[in-house]
Parts: sequence; structure tokens; C-alpha cells
Amino acid sequence: MPFNTFIRLCLLPLAMVVVAFFLLPMVRLVIVGGSGDLGVGAYAAILFEPRFRATLINTVMLAVATTASSLLIATVAGLFLQRHRFPGRALLVAMLTFPLAFPGVVVGFMIILLAGRQGLIGSITLPLFGEKWVFAYSIQGLFLGYLYFSIPRVILTIMAAVEKLDLSLEEAARALGAGPWAVHRDVILPALRPAFVASGAIAFATAMGAFGTAFTLATNINVLPMLIYTEFTLSANIAMAAALSVGLGLVAWAALALARSFSGGTVAAAG
Amino acid sequence: MISIRDRLIFTGQLLFTLLVAAFLIVPAILSMLAGVTVNYFQGIRSGVTLQWVIQVWELYADTIARSFVIALSALTVTLIVGIPAAYALHVRGGRLSRVVEEIITLPLAVPGLAIALGLLLTYGGFSDFRRSWLFILAGHVVFTLPFMVRSVMAVFAAIDVKTLDESASSLGASPWRRFLDVIVPNARPGILAGSLMVVTLSLGEFNLTWMLHTPLTKTLPVGLADSYASMRLEVASAYTLVFFVMIIPLLVAMQIFADHKRRQGAGR
Repeated sequence: MPFNTFIRLCLLPLAMVVVAFFLLPMVRLVIVGGSGDLGVGAYAAILFEPRFRATLINTVMLAVATTASSLLIATVAGLFLQRHRFPGRALLVAMLTFPLAFPGVVVGFMIILLAGRQGLIGSITLPLFGEKWVFAYSIQGLFLGYLYFSIPRVILTIMAAVEKLDLSLEEAARALGAGPWAVHRDVILPALRPAFVASGAIAFATAMGAFGTAFTLATNINVLPMLIYTEFTLSANIAMAAALSVGLGLVAWAALALARSFSGGTVAAAG
Repeated sequence: MISIRDRLIFTGQLLFTLLVAAFLIVPAILSMLAGVTVNYFQGIRSGVTLQWVIQVWELYADTIARSFVIALSALTVTLIVGIPAAYALHVRGGRLSRVVEEIITLPLAVPGLAIALGLLLTYGGFSDFRRSWLFILAGHVVFTLPFMVRSVMAVFAAIDVKTLDESASSLGASPWRRFLDVIVPNARPGILAGSLMVVTLSLGEFNLTWMLHTPLTKTLPVGLADSYASMRLEVASAYTLVFFVMIIPLLVAMQIFADHKRRQGAGR
């Protein structure tokens, strides 16, 4: 068999699987999204219909807050873990990356155990402040859940980037009289920028599309994935659900594509 | 000399990092404890029991078995589809290969909910397919395939596949023989890493699966969501405990594998 034919045969199963179970469904989704009562206007309704727009803004704000907070937390912890060697460090790293493979629903349950009616936080605040703090099912609880699955992902990227930093630059800055703050501000943080962009985009895209956590916690909160789900199942408004998921997919994809054009690396979200 | 200020900064950072780790790990420990506690509200002094785990087994054993079947099937499909594809994309190179790679990685950017809706709209009418676990498998394959392809391609990029391939070819080996006897054995680290990833992701997949499942094709994460909504906290925790027991060995294996690879890379 000629080599070129063999190479084509190697790609055939991939082409079949991807076309049948990904490309075709995506095309169908886009078509159905424009074929409801509103027609193609369904796509405009995401931005102009007040209920949808409020949900979109809600979701974007939550995703931005999650991204900013996890970047901040992961940078402090990641720099610390990569720059110091001490007993128990490996265990600490393992603990910080352990939730990486938790499904969103499990993350939601973790937040219930922390901030639910029988949660740890409530049992601590009851004797301290005389009242039980229960916020698992509020926007704060959802935010905590999003932080829970974002921190491990972001920390891994930041730690890998810190490992690759050129130490001689910092030494040079120090030799020129820069204090620790100046070294961080002018040398370390700028050098970490590609990692911030890459991991920030992943955190943002994941938070935008997070369904499992919202499904467990957000019974009363409007976030885009829950809106899509209720439009589809409860209202049977299939066209609108399709249009909304196309919109959601575009936002998540655009965030990742933008980040990649900045940082040049491969960026992917999951979960 | 370590100054007092340095020590203060170190302690502050350590405390902060410990706090973050506690946020992630304490609820997981709580849930494991709750799964074996007689009454979580009264605490662990109410006694330790396996009754909740047994109850989970009676209620949900089928979901656990189905999750394993789907994960192993997804692994089989991604191996058969992914390894030849990774090889072909690497050998061909060029613009078209990059476009193909781009397309197959898209399912990582597009939320699972959107992919699931697309699958439902396309195949919802084929009721036999829609009702079987194969429908869920299709979703899992789309979602996990990029991890296998990229993991194997990463190995090809690191080793000199073309020279290996050409020398085997000069000895008169057919493309098919070369693929099986030269390429696949050399790609083993990537295949192993990809396989661990595929199985772990498939076992925990919820976003797609929740939309694609039927009452007769529930998987473990679907069952988990079910139990969180309708079961007492102890049963939900025991079920989560079962999930942890399944997933932790895979995570540990991935960690060991990544460390091993890093050490090899450093030694080079």
C-alpha cells in the first residue's frame, strides 16, 4: 500500500467520529437556534431580551470574578510553593491539585458540606456570632464552588511558569538595588503574564460553561448554563436553548482563542 | 542570614497556602467522614458504619458498572481512532493538519451542554441509539479524544519519529507493520498518559452525560447528582466516597507518571 494512502486511512476513523458526533451536531445546533418563533432573531434576543441579557451579564461577572480571584490566589500560593522547599511541600501541592478531576456536581456537594445547612462554616459561626452562616445556594456559594474548581487548574499553569523563570534576571534586579516588591512588580509578574493570560482564559471559559456545579447549587440563581437547561427541559423552548448554547460556546471559544493569540501556547478548558 | 522580615513573609505565605489547601481538602475529608458516620448531624461520635455504603451499592451499583463500561469503551475507541490519527497528523504536518488538530480540540472550548444539545437535536430521533448507553459513549468520545491525540502527538514531537519510520521503511517494512512494530511501541508514554486522562475524564463526566442519559442509562456522576438532590447527606456522602475511591488511584497514577516524565526530562 502506498504510504499516502496509509496516512489517509489513519485519518479516516477520526474524520468519521468528528464529523458525525461533533461537526454535524454543531451545525444542527446553529440551524435549530435560528429556526424558532424568533427565527435568526433568537441570536439577537440573547443580548436584547432583558431576561437573557441579565443572565448573560450575571454569568460573565461571576466568571470574571472567579478568574481574577483564582489568579490572585494561585499566584501567591504558586510562587510560594515553587520558590521554597520544605517538608510536606509535595503533599501540599498534591492537596492543591487533587480536585482537578472532580466533576462539577461533586464540587457543588463540597460547597454544600462547607456552607450548607449542616455545613462546617455554619457550625463554626453559630457559637462565634450566634448565627449559622448558610450560603451554599446563593451567588456567594456558587462563586466559592467556581473558585474550588478553578484554583487547581490555575495553580498548575502558574507553578509550571514560575519553574521556567530566568533566575538571573531577578538576581540582576536585586544587584541593582531593587527590593523584593520591586523585583515582583517589575520582573516576576511581567514574566508570568503569558501564564496569567492562558490560565485566566481557561478559568473564564470553564466558569462560563460550568453546568454541574450550577446544577447542584444554583436552583435560584440565573447563570447561562442553567438558563439553557431550563429553557430546554422545562419550557421546551428548544430553539432558544440552542441559540443560547451557541452564544455560550462562542464566548468560551473566543476567550480561549484570544488568549492563545496572546500567549502562543495551547489553551484548553474542560469540565 | 534570614532576616525577621523574610521569616514573616515566609510564614504569611505558608499560612495563606495552607488556608487554600484546607478550603480544597477539608470538604473532601468531611464528605468521606460523613459517608461512614451513623448520623452526620450528631457527628462522628454517633458511631462509624458501612450501612450507607451498602445502601449506595444496593441503589446505585448499576451506575458504577455502567460508568466503568463507558469509560473503558471510550478508551478503546479513542485508542483505535486517536493513535493512528496522531501519527498521520504528525507525519503530514502542514496547514491542513493544524486545522484538523484545531477542530478536534474544539470540544474542549465548547461547553459540554452545547455539544450534548447538538447530539440530542441530531440523533434524538433515532430512538434505539438515543436510548442506549452508546449515545453517552459518543459524547464521551468527542470530549476525551483530543486528550488522547494531543498526548500521543506530544511524544511524537519529542522523539524522532520520522527517522525511526524511514529506517524501518528502508528495511522494507510495510506502512502497517511500521506503525504496529515501530510507531506504537515508541508512543507508549503518550498512550499511557492519554489513557489515564481519558478514563479519569469519562468516569467523572457530568455536563454532557446529564443531558444524554435516560432513566435506564444513568452513570455514576448522574447518580451522584440524583443523590445530592434527593438522598440524606450520609448516603450522598457515601456515594461520593465510592467515587473518590475509584478516581484517586487514577489521579495518583497520573501524578507519578508526570513526575517520572519531568525527572526524565531533567536528566536529559
